Amino acid sequence: MRKRDWRWLLRWESLLAVILAMVIVANIQISDHYLGVDNFVNLFHLSIEKIILALIMTLIIINAEIDLSIASLMGLSACLFAWLYNKGVPAQSAILIALAAGTLCGTFNGFWIAYARLPSLVVTLAGLIMFRGAARILLEDRSIGLFPQWFNDLGQPNFVGPLSFGIIVFIILFVVCLIVLHFTAFGRYVYIIGNNRHAARYAGIKVRQTKMILFTLSGLVSSLGGLLLAARLGTVRANVAEDFELDIITMVLLGGVSIFGGTGTMVGVGLSILVVLNLRNGMSLANYSGNIQTSVVGILLIASVLLPNLFRAVRRWSAFSFRSRDMMSKDEEESQETQQTDTVGSIAN
Amino acid sequence: MNRIRQIIRPEQIRELSLLLIILLIIIFFGSQIDSYYTSRTFQRISSAVMIIMVVAVGETLVVITRNIDLSVGSIVGVTAYVAGEQVSIHNDLPPLALVLLAVGIGTVLGLLNGILVTYGNIPSIVVTLGTMAIYRGVLVEYGRGENVLVRDLPDWLVDLPRVNLFSIGELDIRLLVGVAVVIVIIFQLVLSFLPYGRRLYAIGSNPDAARMAGLPARRIVLGAFVLSGALSGLGGFIYLARFGTISFNAAQGLHMQAIAAVVVGGINIFGGSGTMFGMLLGAILMGILEQSLIRMQINEFWKDAIFGLFILLAVATDALVMNRLRDIWARAAVQMREAAMSEE
Repeated sequence: MRKRDWRWLLRWESLLAVILAMVIVANIQISDHYLGVDNFVNLFHLSIEKIILALIMTLIIINAEIDLSIASLMGLSACLFAWLYNKGVPAQSAILIALAAGTLCGTFNGFWIAYARLPSLVVTLAGLIMFRGAARILLEDRSIGLFPQWFNDLGQPNFVGPLSFGIIVFIILFVVCLIVLHFTAFGRYVYIIGNNRHAARYAGIKVRQTKMILFTLSGLVSSLGGLLLAARLGTVRANVAEDFELDIITMVLLGGVSIFGGTGTMVGVGLSILVVLNLRNGMSLANYSGNIQTSVVGILLIASVLLPNLFRAVRRWSAFSFRSRDMMSKDEEESQETQQTDTVGSIAN
Repeated sequence: MNRIRQIIRPEQIRELSLLLIILLIIIFFGSQIDSYYTSRTFQRISSAVMIIMVVAVGETLVVITRNIDLSVGSIVGVTAYVAGEQVSIHNDLPPLALVLLAVGIGTVLGLLNGILVTYGNIPSIVVTLGTMAIYRGVLVEYGRGENVLVRDLPDWLVDLPRVNLFSIGELDIRLLVGVAVVIVIIFQLVLSFLPYGRRLYAIGSNPDAARMAGLPARRIVLGAFVLSGALSGLGGFIYLARFGTISFNAAQGLHMQAIAAVVVGGINIFGGSGTMFGMLLGAILMGILEQSLIRMQINEFWKDAIFGLFILLAVATDALVMNRLRDIWARAAVQMREAAMSEE
């Protein structure tokens, strides 16, 4: 069983690697400017907030929950920072207050999900509207800029060598998430809860606490992302980071994380982040508009779930035709299948 | 007490309390805004609610089957734009053909959603999050930044929102509002009395059981998505008639309002329960809040924050209060049955 899971994951990730290689080759064909340190830094730099958020979203989706409110929370903390700064609060304290507020909002989400047991889909949907609304209350239709120079520098490339501060944060966070998810007890809890919440509870795992920690972290990282976005853009409006959740969820699901929770790896998400970034970069170099890019990301999102389903259907079909040959493995597969449909039932789709 | 329990179900208590909240809110705004109780206020609210109402009917059907449709806003945008463009070019297009065009486009887009959800086995949130972006992106590319303008539209379409169906005292019921209400009533009847409606509930409350009972679950859910698409298409037509000027980001975020109406109206997001009547109350509540906040001129930017809070409150009360009420009702029913048996 374990061996098979591992082999399947290997296949999904190697598929991603093949796609990535194809995208890179296509990009090289399209533009001479593609290869070069500047473009590669730029590639990360322009979506740095999204890819940072994708890391924490991976943990949440593996935990069989979803957080739709992250983009609004990014907007809210960016707006809160700008509003406070505009009111004369020193930038350092404004940053701290924005981070604290983001964490608090994450805790708020987490409370309803973990302790009141409301579906995360609705809670974070309400959060999506509510936090964006709060951002609108703060900034109305103004845009606020003119932050101190050191703050703006945080958002620019060439902070350390060619890298920006955000990229360094991303690299550190990626390593931390990789270690936490795959090499610590907490990471295993995240998987077990995602696979079967009730079994996890009976096994003595603190389900509520784990979910609470994840959503609080999500709030903290969202507001960090919002601040990085504010630093990168230099000005803040109430609609910053709107619709970011599409890209973020696409990156996670394309990375082989099941929307029903319980499966997926950090390496896969890392690869899919590279795929999405390179694809967008290539399309930009080929002069495709942002809307075409968004449509392509939408198609990727659907394909990332449709393709594994098709594989499974084909495999089931072939198992069906050679039923007598391999009775055992088919039973195994069916038990896997029912397990998955069970999770479908218990978690809102 | 038992007699009350026999007459009223917990769901009806919820709807009654929603009605009470609406009344309280109207009284509150009436005390804050001058000349609030006029036919003009009614006109504004009813014409703001009619689009959400039509779209939320489809959303309700989808949510009852334990799915969600985030793409309705994009479908409304696409249909409004394409229908508006066609009628701008062919000014003599008959009204019925235009409506059919809008509904047809909506149906096709809904069908695509439904096929991906049912036959592709993809969770509806993934599918409709994707198609929301895809439809919008295609629309922007198709429109190339040009707007549909009021002056290109035929007169009948521009005048349509002001056509009166009938008047009650000073309140004018507009034709389009009437159409929206009729659609809500029709689908309430479908949900209550047609086999298809009952099957939607069956699938939503327990998909596995429904499948084992022999219901063609896929086809029924597909039907719900197709209906949602078709009603969004109709919503797109009404949107075109009401606003006239349609840009590529028309109706962006409408799915949020539709889902807000559905959730506040007491349709369980896990499927299997809820009525069109509840949705109607939810939509009206949202419409009153939206229009009245704009008129209060304190800060219309409060709208979204209050919407979000209402959604959360609605879900929280559903989870905390409604379940307890249902328990009480169920327990009382058991007691009564036992009492009846001991009498025998």
